[in-house]
Amino acid sequence: MLTTVFYILSALTLATAFLTILTKNPIHSAIYLVICFFTIAGHYLMFNAQFLAVVHIIVYSGAIMILLLFTIMLMNLNKEDEPNKRGLTIIAAVASFCLVCFVLLAAFLKSMPIIEEYYVSGEDYQSIKILGQVLLDEKEGFMVPFEFASVLLLVSMIGAVLLSKKEEKISV
Amino acid sequence: MQNVLQEIGVDNYIYLSTILFCIGIFGVLFRRNAIVMFMSIEIMLNAVNLLLVVFSTYHQDAAGQVFVFFSMAVAAAEVAVGLAILVGIYRNIHSIDIDKLKNLKG
Amino acid sequence: METSLLLTLLLAPFAGFLFNIFFGKKVSRNISGTIGTIAVAVSFIVSLNFFFQINSTKQPILIDLFQWMTLENFNVNFSFLLDQLSVLWLLFVTGIGTLIHIYSISYMHDDENLNKFFAYLNLFIFFMIMLVVGSNLLIMFIGWEGVGLCSYLLIGFWYKNQDYNDAAKKAFIMNRIGDLGFLVGVFILGYLFNSIDFATMKTAIASGQSVDLGWLGFATLCLFIGASGKSAQIPLYTWLPDAMAGPTPVSALIHAATMVTAGIFMITRLNFLFDLTPDVQMIIAVVGAVTSLVAAFIALVQNDIKKVLAYSTVSQLGLMFLALGLGAYEIAVFHVITHAFFKACLFLGSGSVIHALGGEQDMRKMGGLRKYMKVTYITFFIATLAISGIPIFAGFFSKDEILMVAFHENKALWAIASLASIMTAFYMFRLLYLTFFKEFRGTEEQKHHLHESPSLITFPLVVLAILSTVGGFISFPGNSWLNGYLTPIFIGAREEHHLDGTTYMLMGIAVIGALIGIGMAYSNYIKKSQVPSEDSEITGFAKVLYNKFYVDEIYMAVIVKPIYAIASFSKNFIETAISGFVFGLGKVTNIVGNQGKAIQNGSVGFYLFVFVIASASFIAYLFLAQ
Repeated sequence: MLTTVFYILSALTLATAFLTILTKNPIHSAIYLVICFFTIAGHYLMFNAQFLAVVHIIVYSGAIMILLLFTIMLMNLNKEDEPNKRGLTIIAAVASFCLVCFVLLAAFLKSMPIIEEYYVSGEDYQSIKILGQVLLDEKEGFMVPFEFASVLLLVSMIGAVLLSKKEEKISV
Repeated sequence: MQNVLQEIGVDNYIYLSTILFCIGIFGVLFRRNAIVMFMSIEIMLNAVNLLLVVFSTYHQDAAGQVFVFFSMAVAAAEVAVGLAILVGIYRNIHSIDIDKLKNLKG
Repeated sequence: METSLLLTLLLAPFAGFLFNIFFGKKVSRNISGTIGTIAVAVSFIVSLNFFFQINSTKQPILIDLFQWMTLENFNVNFSFLLDQLSVLWLLFVTGIGTLIHIYSISYMHDDENLNKFFAYLNLFIFFMIMLVVGSNLLIMFIGWEGVGLCSYLLIGFWYKNQDYNDAAKKAFIMNRIGDLGFLVGVFILGYLFNSIDFATMKTAIASGQSVDLGWLGFATLCLFIGASGKSAQIPLYTWLPDAMAGPTPVSALIHAATMVTAGIFMITRLNFLFDLTPDVQMIIAVVGAVTSLVAAFIALVQNDIKKVLAYSTVSQLGLMFLALGLGAYEIAVFHVITHAFFKACLFLGSGSVIHALGGEQDMRKMGGLRKYMKVTYITFFIATLAISGIPIFAGFFSKDEILMVAFHENKALWAIASLASIMTAFYMFRLLYLTFFKEFRGTEEQKHHLHESPSLITFPLVVLAILSTVGGFISFPGNSWLNGYLTPIFIGAREEHHLDGTTYMLMGIAVIGALIGIGMAYSNYIKKSQVPSEDSEITGFAKVLYNKFYVDEIYMAVIVKPIYAIASFSKNFIETAISGFVFGLGKVTNIVGNQGKAIQNGSVGFYLFVFVIASASFIAYLFLAQ
């Protein structure tokens, strides 16, 4: 049962990812990408990482996708305006796709013998309670990076506002 | 549902995220539209996130998932700033086709 | 007291040089010349003072100015040594120098660079004094190089003529070859004795310190090469005849009386070293004799009045080296002194003739000057008698002593030297007859201009003629003041040649030889009224002689041409290869740059592609390569 779900989900993930890239209309790409994100959230759920799945849906499918769509609308790109690609670009893209695929798979396959057999300890490691402890524990946790992440977000928010603000004509 | 890795195996997840990552790379190289390239980058980020969660489960350690949180925060910040830059570019040259961004030519 | 006197001696000419070079243009021409002359005269007076002091006390004076350089156990002091030898040299260098300065005031009167001329003359005297009074080989080397430099400046004084410049360069380069030998010799001596101080070396030898004779022989040979460069011996003599390109007073001062005797001075200074190496002495003697003969041969057919005198100088220097090689240093010194007198007189006399003829130097266009230039004629005649070795005149005594020593040591060398002496008498009288006797052969215009030179020119001639006459008496055979005077500079006692039957016989032979030479000249140029033919009509052996045995041509073919060939090979091949390589590097960089510029095409897509490929390569290297 789980295997079936995994294969269906994986097929959906890969298919929508491909469609995201291959569709010419950016709006369609965005919609396929949303589906892709949802399937990845499904994968998270299969790992019983509910909190992560929820956060993923909120951040990616919610915030980031809305941003992307807004931008697309703002630029009025909802049409297939992509010019014909040169053959060279396609060849380069396919070649590097194959190359990276090969290299990464080879690297993983080579390291496979090192990975020992999976075992289940049965102990709770990914409930929200534990995650909160790991994240915010003062001694062993990720308290400081957490604070920095919030600073990063604040800074990027201010930066985005400043960058997208209409430039005023400065009279000299 | 504890035994998802037992049933499916960690290697299948590795293949999945590898291929997903490569699709992202392919998208970045293949498309000229900057927004779609952004989407490809998000796909790559998600492939990595997925692999982090897989190994977090595999090692039964929450640190991997915490790392995913941070990666999400960074991704959010990156998208916000990146899109703002794209808006600025669009305002200047009325296009976000990267073939038209040739000011880096030496 | 002595230090300040010495500094006066040394710095007076230098002050004259500085004055003339910086202010000479601003003052009138006569003042410029007078100051130059006074500067040297001051030195002469100081030299006289030193001479009388040394002659009475017999004590050498060593004046230490400061320590020049100090190595671990090797010191060079900036110090000066005034002993019998150097004071004697000082006397005739500054004395004849003064006379020639006086002469130059008139001779160079119309030259636009008169001040420069006197500046160079003063500088020359300064360096010559430095050479003579230096207490070690390095100080001597300063003077040695300095006189070489001044010689270059003065030979090329009329620098607008390219031939003169070439002659100056030739003199300088020939001297450089010798200087290299000198330097190598100095280095070896420094290594052998841990000192290059004359007194120290002499003490070391006198106290019987053992020295590696092989190295010492090599050192003395190198020093002899240096001496042969400066004193124009085979094979480095060719510069001296060419050096006649300089103004005549220069020829008289530098190339007859002073600088060319530097080599003899140096060898006499280091006599205690040369005495230890008989093989090198033999080389010196043979080289001297051969030089003397070869130069005499060449002088037989030269038509340029100064060239004849130049070759006779080389020939006489050869005789001096013969004496040096035979160990008769005091006789060589004696001949240096008498030669300085009569050769300076001859050169100045020829200068007077050239002056009267408006620059003409070819003897075929002279003749009959006896009637027009009385003083010049008489002084020239006296000097000619002196150089030919006629009794009573100075040259007779000194040359005769050389022949006598040669007869005692080596008959073959004696024969060569005697032959050279006979030829000397012949060519000198040929010169005299062609110049002063018979009818004038120049143009009418020149004939109109013929006049006796002014008294500033004739005065030095008269003084030098008197010295040429009486100069020989300082070393009268059998009762020599000079030999006694010079004894302290040698180690041990000197054997004295007594007047005996052989001596008188040799004297007789020498005089008869000289008379034969004179007679031949008389019959050829007075009786038969011959005039040397034009350049193109000379044939046979005379042509070989006229072309100076083709030595210049041989040097050209054997040494200069190969060097040119190497140079052009270096230029055309090696330099092309090197510059090709260097320029090639530049070109490659340029091409790479131009091609590389194309990579920076500004296309973000391309950058990303490269980035991906590079990342993949890194991953492959990190995870797959092991």
